Amino acid sequence: MDLLNWLTEPLQYGFLTRALIVTVAAAVVSAVLSCWLILMGWSLMGDAVSHAVLPGVALAYIVGIPFSIGAFVFGAGAVALIGVVRSTTKLKPDTVIGVVFTALFAAGLAIVSSTPSQIDLLHILFGNVLGVTDGELWQVLILGAVTLAVVLFKRRDLTLLAFDRTHAHVIGLNTKFLSALLLGLLALSVVVGLQAVGIILVVAMLITPGATAFLLTRSFDRMLVLAVGITVAASLAGIYASYYLDISTGAAVVLAQSLVFTVVYLVARPNGVLWQRLRVRRSRRRSPSAEAHVGDAPAGAVS
Amino acid sequence: MSTLSAAPPALRATNLTVSYNDVRALDGVGVIVETGSICGLVGVNGSGKSTLFKALMGLLVPAAGTVELYGRTSREARQRGLVAYVPQAEDVDWDFPVSVADVVAMGRYGLMGPSRRASAADRAAVDAALERVGLAGLRRRQIGELSGGQRKRAFVARSIAQDARLLLLDEPFAGVDRSSEATLTTLLQELRDEGRSVLMSTHDLAGVSQLCDSAVLLHNRVLARGRPSDVLTPSNLALAFGGALEIREP
Repeated sequence: MDLLNWLTEPLQYGFLTRALIVTVAAAVVSAVLSCWLILMGWSLMGDAVSHAVLPGVALAYIVGIPFSIGAFVFGAGAVALIGVVRSTTKLKPDTVIGVVFTALFAAGLAIVSSTPSQIDLLHILFGNVLGVTDGELWQVLILGAVTLAVVLFKRRDLTLLAFDRTHAHVIGLNTKFLSALLLGLLALSVVVGLQAVGIILVVAMLITPGATAFLLTRSFDRMLVLAVGITVAASLAGIYASYYLDISTGAAVVLAQSLVFTVVYLVARPNGVLWQRLRVRRSRRRSPSAEAHVGDAPAGAVS
Repeated sequence: MSTLSAAPPALRATNLTVSYNDVRALDGVGVIVETGSICGLVGVNGSGKSTLFKALMGLLVPAAGTVELYGRTSREARQRGLVAYVPQAEDVDWDFPVSVADVVAMGRYGLMGPSRRASAADRAAVDAALERVGLAGLRRRQIGELSGGQRKRAFVARSIAQDARLLLLDEPFAGVDRSSEATLTTLLQELRDEGRSVLMSTHDLAGVSQLCDSAVLLHNRVLARGRPSDVLTPSNLALAFGGALEIREP
């Protein structure tokens, strides 16, 4: 069968199978975390942590330790630094985040440029999922599993933290610990994800699936399931597109996610932009004099 | 005197002083809420009501003064689940993907294990709380799909599920229509009558006279406190509201 051939042909290559496993694993971990990040309003924090790990990755390669250790140390360090500067100045949070992560990113670039022979900057920035070694594959799988296990075990506390931090505090929960936990998990999922799509695009995997799922449902559990489903589909589509169209894997995966977001944004009922436009036009046609109430018309009332 | 053997009040704040930079938000504020009573906290925006709530809940550390809840520190009281907070409408993300039942279940988290998995007792408490505030039929709605009054009742149901002894309500009647206001008033009176205590901040002066057993008039310091009729006098209100308020006699 042609389709079967089409699907299995890339998997004859070991490096593509590994790429597929790494991308799907990283995407699932990021998608689960993205549901909390977008509700906390921490998207920029994800961007900051991902950029801030660059010096850690570079140093890890130079010293010869697993890249994930260096990345995690600098990701967590960036979070701590942002916290310190925020609590000791009157600067707005986004300002502090901007100052800290660009400084660390520049430090990373400086380190890489001073040791050009050892590190391929493009691989760190844009991912090198086709060149993943077995050791890196296991790092991704183990860190991903740990992150996922902790997130799912503490999911109700994290949701409460995002929804009503004051209540969490008032019933005696340690909200500082929970915030730190979520930031630590964010740093871990950046470490997991950068192997697949690189430092620059890892933040897309940490925002877009959750954002897409949010447009589709008003239930958090369904949001989690949808985000994972969307990201797995987009990862597979991205890998195959990358193989057959010969484009960058990281770019293809992120583009696939963005494509799903765009479609959902336009057509998802009842919030889709197209449906709202259509409802306005229909109600205008029916009663040209009456004022159109976009939100009041029941979805699919005329069909 | 019997004061030594008497049970401590639900809330006793003494000499609370809080400054933001150079501005005194609270200046030597003392508040007492007796067990089984409703106390109204009245004051304009910026009079320190929110700051007082934060200090009572241990969200900020006062420069001076003490907070005792049922004779315990705020921290002990919180860890024992004695206190519940019903937030102001604008402090809640109404688009958040949680159902009414999810919100009420959050009242039980302090009583659950580390993963907050609900036991049969937890589920029963949530059901009972929803039933009690008349939201059992709307339990699966997303929280933002409720009306203003229903939203307040959902958060009060969370306090009931928690079995909190002291309820702190921030502007419970803001954005609530007349009939919902009556429902909420009745609910708070029932909770008071079963021995719970309430401190609520409000702009609604008529509501304070009807509902509250005591009132505190706040303007960064305590202007008056005691029975509502003694506190909400035209001269006191002129002090608190700076003459900007048209005073309607009840």
